[in-house]
Amino acid sequence: MRNRQPKTYTRLTRPLVRDSRDEPFREASWEEALDRAARGLDRHRGAFGMFSCARATNEMNYVAQKFARVVMGTNNVDSCNRTCHAPSVAGLSAAFGSGGGTSSYEEIEHTDVIVMWGSNARFAHPIFFQHALKGIRNGARMYAVDPRRTSTAEWAESWLGLNVGTDIPMAHAIGREIIHAGLVNEAFVERATSGFEEYRRLVEPWTLSLAEKVTGVPARAIRELAHAYARAERAQLCWTLGITEHHNGTDNVRALINLSLLTGHVGRYGSGLQPLRGQNNVQGGGDMGAIPNRLPGFQDILDADVRLKFESAWDTVIQPHYGLNLTEMFEAMEEGSLRAVYCIGENPAQSEADSEQAVRRLRALDFLVVQDIFLTKTAELADVVLPATAGWAETDGTTTNSERRVQRVRRAVTPPGEAREDIDIICELAARLGHDWKYADAQAVWNELRSVSPDHYGMTYERLAEHQGIQWPCPSTQRLEPTYLHGRLWEKDPERRGAAAPFGLVQHDPPVDLTDEEYPIRLTTGRRLDSYNTGVQSGGFASPLRRGEYVELCPEDAERYGVVVGEEVRVSSRRGSVVAPVWVDTALRPGLAFMTMHFPDEVDTNQLTIEANCPIAGTAEFKASAIRIEKLPAVTYVG
Amino acid sequence: MTVTPLGIPRRLLEFTIDGEPARVPEGSTVLDACRAAGKDIPTLCEGDTLRPKNACRVCVVEVEGSRTLVPACSRRAEPGMEVRTDTERARHSRKIVLELLASSVDLSTTPKVAEWIKEYEAKPDRFGPGAARLHEEPKVDNELYVRDYDKCILCYKCVDACGDQWQNTFAISVAGRGFDARIAVEHEAPLTDSACVYCGNCIEVCPTGALSFRSEFDMRAAGTWDESRQSETTTVCAYCGVGCNLTLHVQDNEIVKVTSPHDNPVTHGNLCIKGRFGYQHVQNRG
Repeated sequence: MRNRQPKTYTRLTRPLVRDSRDEPFREASWEEALDRAARGLDRHRGAFGMFSCARATNEMNYVAQKFARVVMGTNNVDSCNRTCHAPSVAGLSAAFGSGGGTSSYEEIEHTDVIVMWGSNARFAHPIFFQHALKGIRNGARMYAVDPRRTSTAEWAESWLGLNVGTDIPMAHAIGREIIHAGLVNEAFVERATSGFEEYRRLVEPWTLSLAEKVTGVPARAIRELAHAYARAERAQLCWTLGITEHHNGTDNVRALINLSLLTGHVGRYGSGLQPLRGQNNVQGGGDMGAIPNRLPGFQDILDADVRLKFESAWDTVIQPHYGLNLTEMFEAMEEGSLRAVYCIGENPAQSEADSEQAVRRLRALDFLVVQDIFLTKTAELADVVLPATAGWAETDGTTTNSERRVQRVRRAVTPPGEAREDIDIICELAARLGHDWKYADAQAVWNELRSVSPDHYGMTYERLAEHQGIQWPCPSTQRLEPTYLHGRLWEKDPERRGAAAPFGLVQHDPPVDLTDEEYPIRLTTGRRLDSYNTGVQSGGFASPLRRGEYVELCPEDAERYGVVVGEEVRVSSRRGSVVAPVWVDTALRPGLAFMTMHFPDEVDTNQLTIEANCPIAGTAEFKASAIRIEKLPAVTYVG
Repeated sequence: MTVTPLGIPRRLLEFTIDGEPARVPEGSTVLDACRAAGKDIPTLCEGDTLRPKNACRVCVVEVEGSRTLVPACSRRAEPGMEVRTDTERARHSRKIVLELLASSVDLSTTPKVAEWIKEYEAKPDRFGPGAARLHEEPKVDNELYVRDYDKCILCYKCVDACGDQWQNTFAISVAGRGFDARIAVEHEAPLTDSACVYCGNCIEVCPTGALSFRSEFDMRAAGTWDESRQSETTTVCAYCGVGCNLTLHVQDNEIVKVTSPHDNPVTHGNLCIKGRFGYQHVQNRG
């Protein structure tokens, strides 16, 4: 009988250190822990990587990336945006020059067609979905494109249950149908886009019948979606990790963006593209420059003028090339060229695909500092553990949400024991490494950011409080910009219209982990309503909905393998194998299984997933592994 | 053609409240106008994020030319209207409503009701000790929130919040008719066997404390609940990228309850299970 109680974590209250990884941790004073951390990092200048935190405030991310760039002289700074929405940022910025979602939540209440693609927002983004429900109640028609018939799909006009990893064939077939039906917004395509001819040739082979063969979705359903989307006065195209967590995630995003370009559903009120972000500040972390290719304000490192601005503001020299992203940093650990990591508030030992490999790589580091509120599985591998505060309840600052709204985070409770704020800790380390930064408070950090990021300049703390958050861009302290981005694309004057948005010429590329006789089942992963990521936070409250980890199968497959609900089975992929009880879910189809990553201490799902990465964004293919299910010799039942 | 009209700029309407001129935008209710004019009209079933239900009748006012008293919460303001909020008739009606409710329901945790009972000189006791009450034990069937039917005034706000106005989960509805009417999940099952998703958006709108956080319920039972010692701080939820605003109610450095500002553009006062109840990890302080 397995232990069904989720592991609960207790807050860290004192710094922990040890001389070697074989020893247990011992509690230490802040002085000692910081000195050790500073010495360890100092030894590895030139082989250093910073894992910043998509869950901490903008201010913390700003200081963290500044630490990497100024103190350690490297652009190797990234965060778990890499494991979720980096492809959205890469795809959107390739098309429009800016990586944010183009619309606001409120606009979906006033749109005519909503496409939810690879997104179970009803569970993963419940309050966003309330805005979508308002839209549906106002008369909007919703289409759900998802391998599973999720609780989001239950609200749809039509559910397009495509095979995992066939998003590009589906998008291309929709694009071709729009072109052949004469529903292209020709004025928009001509004025605001480039590469239409090449796109037309690219999608030409993707007839509805070919798409039906590849995606498994009836041709008339694809046709209906194509016509609904193209004929709508306003339409919103929303996606989540079903699009991005593939080895070609950025291509998937480009394929969706193409549809908005074809129909002009971008840059207008109610028409736009909405990637729903998975973490409270995954948008802000990137905006603050905690990514290897951008400086704060999403400004390109390769731009010499931008570098000059930051070099004079920070009195430093910025490396004129991109740093390593999270995925590349892990590969560099393998090669031995990255020897020290400063990891803040992340749990890559459990959140990375192929988690066994991730742990092995972290173990091989010469020096690992982990700053967190809990002794996570990652922290257990560290040399120095620094107890931090919970960003959202114990510090002041801001975070940026999926609609680019920067909102105030406020300190409501006092942190336990000797836990200290992230910014304080980073500044202490910076001081020990020769950089004496003085920030009176989070607002001082924010004001420094405002001075270097035009998109944030107009957002004073006073205004953020007054307006309950402000969406970027906000260049002026006097004015608010429209709720949607890229209105410029509709300008008649070419000067004001700016650069054309290019169609993305992307090819279908099926999932790397192929199903075959040995591994016949496609495993996809996702979130449940009451749990979150690796469960370190959400394990702390007693949810009546929580039932622990299961491998979910459709009734037909359960019958085929002769297994019943609660029966433990062995689930194996080409990388690893776990034991998990069976759950039967009618939302699945034959050959498709589902698991979450919420209970890694119980069933480590990421031992199964494949580290096949998107070459552009570095996101792994969490959504498509090949597995097999085997009955265990002695059957145990879990109640 | 788009299916959803964006609306047109709204006119200002002019009318009088208690003889004083009032101007409100078209579409406002009499209650909006009264509040704007600083009049304290009692309300129970009215919710700032919900459509008016006209269930409790405690907000009634007199309108010149109207045969009956009108509920201020739902009646739209009209030009030239003459509204009187404090007439003998309106006061008497409010008094009776308060007496009937307070005699049959436990209003001990209903904000402001004690003041109203005093102001309107309501005497709930005049129906004697035999006045109908449910006398039910609070239902404590899960770790997150408690249902106390003795405190339910059947205002239907929870049903609307759970249903088509916000959450669209439809876990609860009104069962029974007349005196037997009560809010119930299907087949009166325990909450844990229902469609409930524990978003707590029903608690957010409950005016009487019939629905309350388990933490609040336990602290009240232990005699440690003390709102005068609580602070309220609005921050942002850490569970996904939507960015819901959370108001953390903190007593003695413990989060005891979570709400959301009703005028917030992201949440409109609504949260999901993680935002409303998922705070415990912060205070697992060992």
